[in-house]
Amino acid sequence: MPGLGTSLGRGAATTYQQDLSNSDCILIMGSNMAEAHPVGFRWPLQAKQNCGKLIHVDPRFTRTSALCDVFIGIRAGTDIAFLGGLIHYVLENNLWFSEYVKHYTNAATIIDEQYADTEDLDGLFSGFDDGTNYDPGTRHWNYQEGDDHQPLRDPSLQHERCVFQILKRHFARYTPDTVAEICGCKPEQIIRVATLLAENSGRERTSALVYALGWTQHSTGVQIIRAAGILQLLLGNIGRPGGGIMAMRGHSTIQGSTDLATLYDLLPGYLPQPVACDEHETLDRYVEHAGQSTGFWSNFRKYIVSLLKAWYGETAQVDNDFCFDWLPRIDDNYSQMACFERMSRGELEGYFLFGQNPAGGGPNAELHRAGLRNLDWLVVVDWFEIESAVFWKDDPHGPPAEEIKTEVFLLPTAAAPEKSGSLTNTQRVIQWHDQALDPAGDSRSDAWIIYNLGKRLKELYADSDLLRDSPIQNLTWDYDFAQPPQLPDGSLSQVEGEPDLEKVLQEINGYYVREIDPVHRQARQLQGFAELTDDGNTACGCWIYSGVFPSPDRNRAKDRQRRRDSIEAEWGYAWPANRRILYNRASADPEGKPWSERKQLIWWDEEARSWTGYDVPDFELHKPPEYRAAADAQGMDAINGDHPFIMKPDGVGWLFAPTMLKDGPLPTHYEPIESPVANLLYPDQPINPLTQKFAGPLNPLAEEPTEAYPIVATTFRLTEHFLSGPMSRFNSWLNELQPEMFAELSHQLAAERQIKHGDWLVIETPRGAIEARAMVTHRLQPLKIQGRIIHSIGLPFHWSFAGEAVGDSANLLTALIGEPNVSIHESKAFVCQVRSGRRAGRTTQPTQPTAAWPTSQRVPNTPDAAQPEGRFDHDR
Amino acid sequence: MTGSAHNDSQTDRTNWLERILAPFQRGTPPAPRTATGFYTDTTVCIGCKACEVACKQWNQLPSDGFEWTGKSYDNTGELSATSWRHVKFVEQLVDTELPQDTAIVEPLEAGTVPDLPGRWLMMSDVCKHCATAPCEQACPTGSLLQNEFENIYLQSDICNGCSYCIAACPFGVITRATFDGHAHKCTLCYDRQRDDLTPACAKACPTESIQFGPIDELRERARERVSELQSLGINDAYLYSDEASEKYSQLNSFYLLIDEPSAYGLPDNPVNPWLFMKGDYLRSGLTGFIAIAMLLIILWLGG
Repeated sequence: MPGLGTSLGRGAATTYQQDLSNSDCILIMGSNMAEAHPVGFRWPLQAKQNCGKLIHVDPRFTRTSALCDVFIGIRAGTDIAFLGGLIHYVLENNLWFSEYVKHYTNAATIIDEQYADTEDLDGLFSGFDDGTNYDPGTRHWNYQEGDDHQPLRDPSLQHERCVFQILKRHFARYTPDTVAEICGCKPEQIIRVATLLAENSGRERTSALVYALGWTQHSTGVQIIRAAGILQLLLGNIGRPGGGIMAMRGHSTIQGSTDLATLYDLLPGYLPQPVACDEHETLDRYVEHAGQSTGFWSNFRKYIVSLLKAWYGETAQVDNDFCFDWLPRIDDNYSQMACFERMSRGELEGYFLFGQNPAGGGPNAELHRAGLRNLDWLVVVDWFEIESAVFWKDDPHGPPAEEIKTEVFLLPTAAAPEKSGSLTNTQRVIQWHDQALDPAGDSRSDAWIIYNLGKRLKELYADSDLLRDSPIQNLTWDYDFAQPPQLPDGSLSQVEGEPDLEKVLQEINGYYVREIDPVHRQARQLQGFAELTDDGNTACGCWIYSGVFPSPDRNRAKDRQRRRDSIEAEWGYAWPANRRILYNRASADPEGKPWSERKQLIWWDEEARSWTGYDVPDFELHKPPEYRAAADAQGMDAINGDHPFIMKPDGVGWLFAPTMLKDGPLPTHYEPIESPVANLLYPDQPINPLTQKFAGPLNPLAEEPTEAYPIVATTFRLTEHFLSGPMSRFNSWLNELQPEMFAELSHQLAAERQIKHGDWLVIETPRGAIEARAMVTHRLQPLKIQGRIIHSIGLPFHWSFAGEAVGDSANLLTALIGEPNVSIHESKAFVCQVRSGRRAGRTTQPTQPTAAWPTSQRVPNTPDAAQPEGRFDHDR
Repeated sequence: MTGSAHNDSQTDRTNWLERILAPFQRGTPPAPRTATGFYTDTTVCIGCKACEVACKQWNQLPSDGFEWTGKSYDNTGELSATSWRHVKFVEQLVDTELPQDTAIVEPLEAGTVPDLPGRWLMMSDVCKHCATAPCEQACPTGSLLQNEFENIYLQSDICNGCSYCIAACPFGVITRATFDGHAHKCTLCYDRQRDDLTPACAKACPTESIQFGPIDELRERARERVSELQSLGINDAYLYSDEASEKYSQLNSFYLLIDEPSAYGLPDNPVNPWLFMKGDYLRSGLTGFIAIAMLLIILWLGG
């Protein structure tokens, strides 16, 4: 999540959902929180009951909009324009929180004199010399340094090249009138939102932003979140109760999976995966280039060395660079889309899918299916026979089964109650869950499958003399249970070979390599990442999680103590160091006093010479507010006592991002790759110039506005289903609630195309055509954009061809387009054509019979009177 | 069993006797407990249908088949023997004034824009557990009764499928299941309540739209909420059948609404048919008497 990381320091939500109840105003944008995160939505509703204002900005009027005070409909893919409009209004009308901005952001920092903005270069920044990428050597986005090599600053914010003035110029075009022309809303509506946010920000009040995949799944996704960061920094809302940016993550432990680095270019704890280049050749050079000399990341070496110690144990020593050479180097893009594109060209042999369904859920699903058809072998680890497991026989769009060579192995997996483990939720809270019963039949937990696969690989390579097999030979891989785990009913688990995941979490927490804890007779656990060293004396699997398992008998992820305050510090364990609100030093003014009594969280206790408050301070505990760094200070000593963003090298929030992002230091409105209109702000630069387009015969794009595809489409979720349906379309109780694929469209569009409510319609894009039932509704409205009427349609992406409720997949329409920084696809805005009727070809048929009776068996060992009421044969 | 043949036949006889007498015997009713009910605050309902799923799962109710209705997001349709919770969706949005033509349109007009283009009302419907329930009054078998929590409970196993309750209920709550012929409806999770658990739907509700508790407390809480909403300018907020009307008792499962009851598919003025039964019996008796009298007169005159 570099959008947040670049602006603030850490790639995670800055706050927690319960804290939304302390907000005075919440802008929900790029999120359909009530539908996609219904349980968390109770907190915005509590804010509303406390007279807070809820604002929803979205292409569709959804169940979230229905509960908000203000709804504004915009065209999908114009979020930066809208946020830019808010930033413009806040800057022009002096609604920004001046003391916060002057002390806690880089507003005063002066930028290199050769820097040129999109204002100067018609939509491009300086450094776009080769026409494909910004060259770090010539882009000049850096801070201007003085003679003492310190960045120059102008605290008056008047210098023409200080960030504040650049920001003002950059957003000068985003006037309410222009933005309204782009987004399709009214200028008053932009002013209304800006005013509400500004009125509810400042010393006494705070506003929060909530976003989800409606912001991320764009070719400008990271920059949209940058714009949100800029807005919240200007309004002074980061690090304060009721403020912040709440990133709503999509799956149960998707935060955990980014923390523990399932992404190809990250190591655990957001350390970058080394790249095949000189800068990452040795450990020293890697630390020099990937770490920072000032700020918290100056500890970088401790984290990577401890990680290597956790992975390679005794083999990792100072004299062999802690086996740094064994880490694979990246030489290309190995994100999912890039992999599947290669696969579709037959360049991959085999693939593992754990809880993932690319044949139904991948953007441009047909390309993903073509990829699967080109494999020699595929292992699917899932509960059900999902699309990715039966694509070879049941895909109505695919060739006959005999023409497909892929050998598919379906490994049935255990459901959550059938395994122990931890989940890290959207607000960084690690929560442990215990196994309630053994998995049915031959099902095994994902951990069992990985663990035993690892064991067999180690066995396979045990006698190898080849150097390349050393990483596998020396990998620490010893997580066996000392004795079989006990289930809640007192019996012992019958599953053999299950790994003890508490041992894994202990390794993630970290331990002293050479110290034995005399009580537990095993390596002494670390109390937190402050204890990590870079000399090989500590091992730690993921430094940000350190502290979760401080002693072998103390798993803090199991904590379930309820408290009266909303912080709930003893419920699970939030990384880092159990902090619930990140950057909370900013909840106090530069002198260390709370901005107001109403919004107090952390403050400087002069008597105790320490930071104190309701949350764990996100600051060096005994560094006084008046501390000023010496010019040559290194590490944390370089961070002033009034600089709350300790992860940044200069300790302040980045309104302007001199490094870290590939596509610009400031967010700029570009149209989606597929858009029906030109870029009103920068006509010469319609789209994000760095976007990866994966051009090829399987991925045709409508890159120019065209009459053939005049309608804007966006995909969305329903409460009733989960993603592409791999968990929900096999459940009759959910399927009856949303049984069929439909498309939402306005009455005007329906009338124009003679589509009747409830009838079938066909939706076409350059990638394919699907059919759906027509949901004609006033919740979608045509928009006036640049003198034209632009229609939008909404497509839930929950259906595909496997399961008991099936339908055409919206992902047959979406394209393979990669955002430049994180390679996320652009499924939230593309163009299409619609017509009444049905598509050609085979219709989709269920692959599973409906479970009309969820379970007709009596509940065992239960008397008649206690049998479920609805079990109609209960007294037989 | 190790008993002798003599004992067996004696047991048989006792069983046989008991069976004959059982319908005439009355068991001891459980001691009354605090009256409970539901308070459904529709202003915080997000239409997630967690209540529907929780109800079906706890009570092991079968799915009703996969039919897409196109009625907003409501594919449940109605309360029935197999759907004891039903989330209603009422779209009240108006068109923006746009020409059908996609040609050039006039420049943006100035003026104030409303904060919301309309409303999308959502409401989780359930059996009303009426203080005086017409279904119970109509039931000839005693299958419907008011239990110790003052909830209306339907004992499906002794229901004879006569359907009188279906006709009597002004809210359309009860239907008969096609596969066993008996009527079924919300039990207000009688089994859970006896174990001091919250009913499944209220437990699953993420926004506390469905609240469960002692009915007096709920009514007080609901009245406070109405005045709170009114102080925020939502003057349409009111409680539906929180109090008894002339023609209907109060409901132990009542609602906070912000539009006419009919907008939610509820009767504006529910009527308990029992109130008019005396008159109805009298009128039919009288009509029969007159008819017979007339017949006799005609026979007598003709004879």
